[in-house]
Amino acid sequence: MTETKWLVDESVIRDFSATNNEPEWLLNTRLDAFNKAEELPLPKPDKTKIDKWNFTQFGIHNVNSTPYASIADLPEKAKVVVGEDNTVQNVYVQRNGVPSILNISAELKEAGVIFTDFETAVKEHSDLVQKYFMTQVVKADEHKLTALHAALVNGGVFLYVPKNVEIKEPVQAVFIQDDKNAAIFNHVIVVAEANSSVTYVENYISTVETEAGVANIVTEVIAGDNARVSYGAVDTLAENVTVYVNRRGVTAPHAHIEWSLGSMNDGDTVSENVTNLIGDGSYADTKMVVVGSGKQSMNFTTKVVHFGKHTEGYILKHGVMKDEAKAIFNGIGKIEHGASKSNAEQESRILMLSEKARGDANPILLIDEDDVTAGHAASVGRVDPLQLYYLMSRGITKREAERLVIHGFLAPVVNKLPIENVKKQLKGIIEGKVRQ
Amino acid sequence: MSQSTLTVKDLHVSIDGKEILKGVNLEIKGGEFHAVMGPNGTGKSTLSSAIMGHPKYEVTQGTITLDGEDVLEMEVDERARAGLFLGMQYPSEITGVTNAEFLRSAVNARREEGDEISLMKFIRQMDSNMDVLEMDQDMAQRYLNEGFSGGEKKRNEILQLMTIKPKIAILDEIDSGLDIDALKVVSKGINQMRDESFGCLIITHYQRLLDYITPDHVHVMMQGRVVKSGGPELAQRLEAEGYDWIKQELGIEDETVQ
Repeated sequence: MTETKWLVDESVIRDFSATNNEPEWLLNTRLDAFNKAEELPLPKPDKTKIDKWNFTQFGIHNVNSTPYASIADLPEKAKVVVGEDNTVQNVYVQRNGVPSILNISAELKEAGVIFTDFETAVKEHSDLVQKYFMTQVVKADEHKLTALHAALVNGGVFLYVPKNVEIKEPVQAVFIQDDKNAAIFNHVIVVAEANSSVTYVENYISTVETEAGVANIVTEVIAGDNARVSYGAVDTLAENVTVYVNRRGVTAPHAHIEWSLGSMNDGDTVSENVTNLIGDGSYADTKMVVVGSGKQSMNFTTKVVHFGKHTEGYILKHGVMKDEAKAIFNGIGKIEHGASKSNAEQESRILMLSEKARGDANPILLIDEDDVTAGHAASVGRVDPLQLYYLMSRGITKREAERLVIHGFLAPVVNKLPIENVKKQLKGIIEGKVRQ
Repeated sequence: MSQSTLTVKDLHVSIDGKEILKGVNLEIKGGEFHAVMGPNGTGKSTLSSAIMGHPKYEVTQGTITLDGEDVLEMEVDERARAGLFLGMQYPSEITGVTNAEFLRSAVNARREEGDEISLMKFIRQMDSNMDVLEMDQDMAQRYLNEGFSGGEKKRNEILQLMTIKPKIAILDEIDSGLDIDALKVVSKGINQMRDESFGCLIITHYQRLLDYITPDHVHVMMQGRVVKSGGPELAQRLEAEGYDWIKQELGIEDETVQ
């Protein structure tokens, strides 16, 4: 067990909770989690040692940023994803931990949709948040990082879609880190009640380099009977921010959860994406693209657990590693006893661009039921010099040839992303990261 | 348009330390069509790969120049932009890159930044070339060579040739795997390139392609060298009599590279 030097103590949590007028249940949850955090072990992502990673040394838990006054004041990187239009609807922008902009359409309000920052949600919708916050999808006492998260949560959003409400346009959250001292402990809850549907897209953007930053992000998606949730995320946090990101969902019967994830962080990242298919006939689909560069080390565990009968789970992950970047792709399809007629499919591929880049893809199928189907494909390899030769023999420069091969490698995932906006954004961001 | 000259002098090439070409001499000028013929294993494909700069082939002796410029000093992409083209026997497949995207990159690689070809103009050109080659329009949006049949790959090589319009093209066994109809279509595309500013080196071991594309010069390779050169009548004699008479004439027992 490594020694953990705490930068915060109980008084920081009590002060933060009091300043925000949080309900008592949340303060108690925080304190309980904080007390457990010290004892609990770190998670053990397969094949990556994270016990020396910095999950606790950050600048300031509660940075006092001035909210952005309007869309026009946003940094360029954020404008790229939000647009320039001040009247853009159904957008939330957070500056470090501070809620800045929240535009929600009258139509959604009338339909009873709740879309608000975490701080407001716990005050105005305390019972609802209490019902879902780390109670059934992710638990605070799973390990040190979930406990720290529960203790220190300082931002995020709450999105609640009542039954039978179908939201056509994506709902968007943009989390901007523009203070090098800011620690990110964002919590996102998406509740889609029966027969509802929603597309939610979030962006993590760093506009500053930090010396030592921490992002500890937890998402909980609860999809009710026959609900449809499409969840997109594009993460572009800075080089020295150590990222723990856990995005998890549960499904009621016939519910669908689709994940479109782009991990473009520049720092060490441990990512966990799990869908628990509880209800019969429910469905999960994870599509993920990753670009690694510099010396970053990353571990991505994507898991679909089938509990219900006739459930379907699909995982498709492609990653490109440049420079000395390292990535582990763990794909887990688990079919529990009784989940008959279920199907678990996964494909993981990593392309390494340099001699020093490393990749490992581990497809795992754990099946406790006879009457099921399952399949996996995995590959890890370097750029084929004959492909580059072929492209260059048409006059294309080596750099451009590599760019084409990289885009081509990621395209089968990018082109299938169900959220148009995420697809468009990712193309640009991949371009930028590849050219770094 | 100016006439280019590709000159190959005393070319020796090795692969994995084994010498395959043992002193090849050739000169191809704009306006000329040359055919290099010969049985399998005599070094024909090695010649084409060495000219283009395939990473596995090592030139150990001799020179290759294009209009006096030292080709061997150039990277593969520089050779292409200088005016060389190789229609490959086994083109690579590249997932996720559409044929159209690839072709446009190739065209733009020859243009200055800011002077890229307009999308409309590019599509018009590509459509018209695809018509000549009787290619399905959906081939433009398919991933480069992925899942293409042998014939589709060859047509696609000629589509690139017609789009890029090089000064000197080498076509390596462009006829292999083609049925007679496809052979006619591919030949039509190649013949359409005939021009004072375009020279072509056609590598084949069948005479049948030369029924549709008439070469000005014919060369026969054996044992890693050009052992005989002549006019179109040489190809016809090879078609009628095979290669044995050349072997006898030159006292060659085994024509392959030893």
